[in-house]
This record gives sequence, C-alpha cells and structure tokens, in this order.
Amino acid sequence: MPTYRQDTASHPPVRFPEYRSNVPRAPHRPFVLLPQRLGEITGPLLGEGRVGPNDNDLTLGHDGEPQGQRIIVSGRVLDGDGRPVAGTLVEAWQANAAGRYRHDADRHPAPLDPNFTGVGRTITDADGRYSFTTIHPGAYPWRNHDNAWRPAHIHFSLFGTAFTQRLITQMYFPGDPLFAQDPIFNSVRDPKAREAMVARFDLDTTVSEWALGYQWDIVLRGKNPTPLEEEDDDE
Amino acid sequence: MSELQVKPLQTTPSQTVGPFFSFGLVWEDGPYVVPEGTPGAFRIEGTVFDGAGVPVPDAVIETWQADQDGRFDHPDDPRGPVRWKDFRGFGRSATDPVGGYSLLTVKPGPLPVIGGGLEAPHLNVSVFSRGMLVRLVTRIYFPDEEANTADPVLTSIDPARRATLVAESAPHGYRFDIHLQGEHETVFFDL
Repeated sequence: MPTYRQDTASHPPVRFPEYRSNVPRAPHRPFVLLPQRLGEITGPLLGEGRVGPNDNDLTLGHDGEPQGQRIIVSGRVLDGDGRPVAGTLVEAWQANAAGRYRHDADRHPAPLDPNFTGVGRTITDADGRYSFTTIHPGAYPWRNHDNAWRPAHIHFSLFGTAFTQRLITQMYFPGDPLFAQDPIFNSVRDPKAREAMVARFDLDTTVSEWALGYQWDIVLRGKNPTPLEEEDDDE
Repeated sequence: MSELQVKPLQTTPSQTVGPFFSFGLVWEDGPYVVPEGTPGAFRIEGTVFDGAGVPVPDAVIETWQADQDGRFDHPDDPRGPVRWKDFRGFGRSATDPVGGYSLLTVKPGPLPVIGGGLEAPHLNVSVFSRGMLVRLVTRIYFPDEEANTADPVLTSIDPARRATLVAESAPHGYRFDIHLQGEHETVFFDL
C-alpha cells in the first residue's frame, strides 16, 4: 500500500499572525501525527459527473462576453515523483476583471460583471493536463493592513487520488508588484515554493488575436518508497 | 520498484480558501455522502468556533469515509469493489451564517489495520476557512461504539482531549462541533 510523503517546507505555517484573520483561527496545540492507513491513502475520485462540457471556459454561459483581458491558463497536475495525475477534478474560482467576486460578502465597490461568474471546473487528461479559458482577475483591497491589496490570483482546488493529497492553493501572475506586501503569498517562506505559485507567461499558449496564455503546473504529494522488507503486504 | 529516477518535485504550497469560495466550491449535492432515503442514513451537524467562541461563517467541511462494510471505493483499497451503489464516501458542506454545517451519511464499518487490529468507525475530516493557510485534518468518531476503546488513533490521544474527536448523539443523528482554539480545541492531525 502506498503512503505519501510530507513536504512541510513548501507550505505556510499553521500560525502566521501577519495574516490578521489567522490569529483567532489557527489552532494553538501541536498536531498529532496520524499514520497513513486505508482512509488516508484513498480519497474521493471525483470526475466525470461533476463537470459539464464547457465548464472550463469561464467566459461562456452568459448573454455576452465578460469584461477584461481574455487568458488561457493551462498546465499539468503532477505528483511529487513527476507522475501525471490523470482524471482528477480541478476546481477554480476568481474575482472579475475589476477585482470583485460574485459573492454577497464582497463589499469592494468595484463593478460586478453581468457576464462573468468566475467559477470553472475541469478534469485532467491522461497526461495530467488541464486548461481554463477565463479573464485576468483584478487585484482588490482587503483591509488586512494599511493599504492592503491582494495580488491578482485564481483559487485552485485539487483532490489527487488520496486524502493526503488534498490541496487548495492560489495561482498568481508573473511580475505582480503587489507580492511584496501580501502576507498570504509571503506566508510561504521558501522562495522556490513561493515562485511555484506564479504562472509563467507562455507565447505558445497564447492564441493569436484572441487570448494571452499562461502555463502553471501543480504538484501534489509524492509517494514514499515502498519498504522492501515487508513481503506480506498483499492482503 | 522505482520505475522513475527523477528528482522529487516540490509540492505546490497550500493557500487559504478565502472568504468567497462558496460560489465556486459549494455543490447542491455536496452534503450528501449517501442519497436521501439510504437505509441507516443520518445527519452529522455541528458548528465551527474560533478562539473567541465566535462561529465561523466562512468555513468548508469535507469528509471522507468507508462504506457500511468498512470499504473504500478506491483502487488502493485491496479488498475489491464496494457493493453499495450511489455511495460517494465524500461530503462537502460550507458553514452557514451561524457557523453550522450539515452532512447526510451512514456509519462506516470498522477498518482493518495492516498488521492486526481494527480502527473504530470514523470519518476523516478536512476543514478549510478564511484565515487558515493550511487545511486542518480531524476525525469524527461515534459515541456509541465499543470499538473506540481499542482504536489505535483514539487511544493514542491524551485522554483529556479524546472527547473532542467523538460526536454526540443528536435528534437526527449526531452533533460534532469543531473548536479551532481554546479550552476545547479539537485535536487536529498531521499526516
């Protein structure tokens, strides 16, 4: 049976007070190590029934075209051993071009776009590949600190094939001048891991006279090597 | 054994689900681990509380569990296919404006532990919310289970904190509150 290795250095800490709403919500007591047994190495294999034919095109489904710069975001979902994760559900959600979410709690006084909801879903193909067509999300203010702005980002949710691989993350855009002041982005302490959240502009993904293109790969946990001495693990 | 000799890749970091996930992550059938009308189905409901005892209205709770026979609908469960049709094993519920979540499910069977023993019936739980940068993992055990006394995970927990992992009986099933901090802070796991 597989187990999945931890990669704590890539992740933000549990407690990160610069992100103000973390303070009352981050647990104080140390986590208890949970052995990886059947319930941890399996996970929901959510796929086909969850996704409609155009669900990966966030610019469709309304009477008109959404406002903003049309983009294509594509890439691969891999595990930490470089294997493609095929047939896995990828969910994405984002603000519109003006930096406003279609959500009752979003009070940012930027216009809502009647032609943009900001939700997409897709399933990775046999090579782990996914693709979304959408618009470039806007930055928005969020009151975490004086003059705080979230860098433009798209939220991503992934399952992989095991409970241990579950990941919710954010994709950022290259060269964003707002990175330096954003505690959510900077909660990731390893510069290489931070960089891994930033998509790469890719001219080959760009569609002439239609959309700019970005490439972004997502890496879920890899498997631990199988211990060789356990011969009787076939039950 | 190792068919791939590539350098291990770094995992993409976790980030917060943010406050505005519900228009994207909420599914109409999300709270249904089993369909309405499944024999033995009940509700698990609860409230997520922050360190000040204030309900958290922007959290999402996800559960993963075995079926009534203690099997997972997954190729890495070596015991073969499950016999329950429409059993998804997965539940997702956003918290409402007063911090409440609700799921319809069935009690899973006990799980075999490789090398001997049994895990008592339980659900694996993920908690995401605004303010959290990483997901929290906990477990829901059932109050009326003899097997709890021999469960290898439950018995490894400080007895004073064990109760935070056990649901309470409630009119339509069970109640399981989640306390992110404070005197009753729920036990959270690293895995």
